[in-house]
Formats: sequence, structure tokens, C-alpha cells
Amino acid sequence: MSKKILMTGNEAIGEAAVRAGCDFYAGYPITPQNELTAYMAKRMPEENRVFVQAESELAAISMVMGASASGRRAMTSSSSPGISLKQEGISYLAGAQLPCLIVNIMRGGPGLGNIVPAQSDYFQATRGGGHGDYHCIVLAPCSVQEAHNLVFSGFALSDKYRAPAIILGDGMLGQMMEPLVVHSKKKNLSTKPWALTGCKGRRPNIVKSFYMQEGGLEEFNKALQKKYARIKEKEQRFEGIHLDDSEIILVAYGTQARIARVVVEALRKKGKKAGLLRPVTLWPFPADAFEELLKKKRKKVRFFVTEMSYGQMLEDVRLAVNGRAAVDFYGRAGGGIPTEEEILRRILQ
Amino acid sequence: MREEIICAGFGGQGVMLLGRVIAQAALKENRHVTWIPSYGAAMRGGCAFCTVVISDREIASPYVDKCDTLFVFNQPSWDKFKAKVRKGGLVLFNSSLIKAQQPPRQLRIRKLPFTETAFSLGEVRVANMAALGAFLKEKNILKYKTVLDVFSEITPRHKLHLLEVNKKALEKGYRGW
Repeated sequence: MSKKILMTGNEAIGEAAVRAGCDFYAGYPITPQNELTAYMAKRMPEENRVFVQAESELAAISMVMGASASGRRAMTSSSSPGISLKQEGISYLAGAQLPCLIVNIMRGGPGLGNIVPAQSDYFQATRGGGHGDYHCIVLAPCSVQEAHNLVFSGFALSDKYRAPAIILGDGMLGQMMEPLVVHSKKKNLSTKPWALTGCKGRRPNIVKSFYMQEGGLEEFNKALQKKYARIKEKEQRFEGIHLDDSEIILVAYGTQARIARVVVEALRKKGKKAGLLRPVTLWPFPADAFEELLKKKRKKVRFFVTEMSYGQMLEDVRLAVNGRAAVDFYGRAGGGIPTEEEILRRILQ
Repeated sequence: MREEIICAGFGGQGVMLLGRVIAQAALKENRHVTWIPSYGAAMRGGCAFCTVVISDREIASPYVDKCDTLFVFNQPSWDKFKAKVRKGGLVLFNSSLIKAQQPPRQLRIRKLPFTETAFSLGEVRVANMAALGAFLKEKNILKYKTVLDVFSEITPRHKLHLLEVNKKALEKGYRGW
């Protein structure tokens, strides 16, 4: 086995991006993801790749769009208010079907908020965030190792479907150091025949999100929806713990899933059949996993969602369950982390 | 085994580094470990801290509510964290800078002059390593030798001249006053 090193989540994401072949990064500083921008500032030039500290978030996402259109593996990162600023660009990227990786190390909101861990940007990430009918692929790591791993998946999925991918982490994940085994450098990256690389000797490629002809935009939207249906069908990911015999299933993602896991262990010690369903892809939401559980369960099962928000993923759980089982919730936001004791108390009530 | 540690003091007293050395040593001994810095608005003269969890098992939650060991280097940190130590928990207490009027009972408080010791060694910044030495003595969680190895590994070239005084502080803390 490879050697383990200690790294923060932010650094682990940066190193993963370098190893996944990211050759363009543009960002603008904001806590609690600053270490990621700083890491890229150091590492990208070492690898002879492009790092830009842009003059604003809008500029950074626009640069990413340009780099992506020319076939580069492009990436940007920020934290909640900065991600809000990037939404116009993200909508254009989705509209032009351009791949890129966007990292959001969430902080408390709304508004300027604060820099403590939070999960209040779930809606923004999974519903599109900007204008228009679109989705980004959203991946939610719960450890430094997984944050590292999902950068590779994010770039790969983004390229495969020509859609922006988002890594959605929180301040704790960004700041925390944990042992990490780094992946080796990725070789043989996928080719991008659609990219704007100079059309000498071939037909020109066109990258756009604007359709002049009548009905053109609707046709494009239909094609986009077909793509999203394909992603929903093929790319749902989750982690399940004790799902087979569970009667109470906790649902949580990211850092909060780690606290939920402690609750599951505590419930098991009390003789309760508890399990954990941890969505790894937030979009596509792993609805099929709920479907399967509800089909299989002869006995009653109930779900308990916990988030560092006042109930955002909760809506997707309710949509997936569709009234077939009880869905309870406990969450805090703005710096409050729902603790093991608080969750236990509510479940046992 | 699960050991939850809080290191707290003024910014500049090396509490982040102390936590990182502990984390690095735990990793070297094949333990599971998490390190989280305090992160947020802070004030000069206030309190910087980090939390470290060391465990034989995978660490589900890295979140520390109550700790087993508190390293505390200044008064504001003591005031803030004295209620965060578990019953029977160890406190490595910098008696050079903190006055405890009524220390909570049921804590193993080791009042030791970390800052004065560091001064006497000619480098005030090594108070953290004196405290680490005392920790190694009090709790048989990490090996002395491992910490020395970590010192050698993480000291950047331009700080090599500080390696010796760090070792001296560690030894002083370990051997006692």
C-alpha cells in the first residue's frame, strides 16, 4: 500500500486536481477554501500549468469557460457567497455543454454569512443555481480521502457528459487534516473533438448557448434533458451501512454523515436496527436506493434526515420516499452542528 | 482507544504546530487521526486552538465536544476550555501565564511552567514542545522516539537551527522539573 500523508481537505482536492490532469485553474480567495487556491498557486506553476488569481469570482468562472471551450481541464473553487457570484458563468457553461470542476467549500449563510461549516448550499448546487433548466453533477465527499478521490470522478464525469461538476464540501472538510493516500497521475486523458482548438484542416467547431432559429432552443433543451435522464439513470452513487436489516435509516451527506454514523453505532448498541444511507452524488440524487429499500422492506422502515441546514436534502428524500414511509428531520445552520446527542434524543423520542 | 485532544493558546504560541506534530506522530504509529484548526474571527491576545482525535479505529466523527487532554497556554483559553475536559481528563497547564482560582475538581491538572522553561532555553517559541514532552510522560499514547522522528521530518531546511532547542524542550517536559 502507498504511504499515507497528512493533508487538509483543501490541499487534498488541489493535489488531486493536479494529478487528474487539471491544466487550468482560476480562482479568487475566500475562506474557508483559501488553502485550495494557495495550493494551486504553488503547484500549478511547478507542473508548468496555468494558475490565475482572477480579479473577481465572475472573472474566474469566465476564464474557466474559455479554457474549457479550448479543451482544457479547467477548474475553479470558492465558498458560498463566491459560488453565488459564479452562477451566471455556471449557467453558461451548462448551456454551452462545457465540462469543468467547481469546488464549493460551503460556509454559513445567507448573505455574507460566516466561515463555519455548513450545508446550506444544497439547493443551489443541486437545482442548477443559475438561470435555465440545467443541472450540475454534484459530488459530496465526507473525508479528506474521499475529497481527493471524487476530484478524479468529477473531472471524468464532467468530461463524459460535457456538464459542469461540483464538489460540495463544508468548512470542516476543507480545514481538517486526515491521513491520505494520493492517487498516481492520470494519463491518457479523454480527447475532446468538440473543442475550439483551431480549425485548420477540419470543419469549425461551435460552442454556444444561444439559438437564433425558432424552436432551436427548445430542441436544445430536449437534448439537454435527455442527457440529464441518462446521468440520473447511470451515475447515482451512495454508501449504505447496515441497510439490509435496518428499521430506522439515517440519511446524511458530507461531514454530517460522519456524525450520523456515530448515531447509528449508538443506536445499534441500544439494540435498535439502525442504518445509514449516505448520498455521494447529490445530483443525481440516489433515489433508486430508496426505491429498492422500500420495495424490499416487508416491515416498516422510517427515515431520519440530518443536515447542517434547515432541511434541503430533506426535500429530495421526501420526493424519493413519496409518502411511503415516515421521514423525520433535525438540522442546524449558521455554525451549529447537529450533535450526536441531539440527534439521538430526537430519534428516541 | 480514542483520545480527544484540544490545544489552545495565544496565536504564536504554536498550538497548531503542536497539534500537527501529535497528528503526524499518531499517523507514524499507524493510528487513525484527524486534526482540525479553529477557524474564524480571532482577536490579538485571544485564543487559537486545534482539536486532534487519535483512534485505533476509523474515526467516524472528527468533532470534539469534550476532550481527554487539554493543552492550555494562556488565560483566555483556560477560561474557555476548562469546562470542555472530561472527568479525569488531563490538563497540561502553562503555570507561567495562567492563574487558576478554583480549578475544576476531578481533573488531572499538571501545572508546569512551559513558557518560563522555554525562556530559560533561550527560545520562547518552544513552550509547546515542553508541554508535548509532559504529555508523552503522562499518557502512554505516543512514543518519544516517534515524536523525535517527526521533528526531523517536518523541520524545513531554513529552520534546522531550531531543531536542537525543540528537542531540548521536549526532553525537559518529558523528564520533569
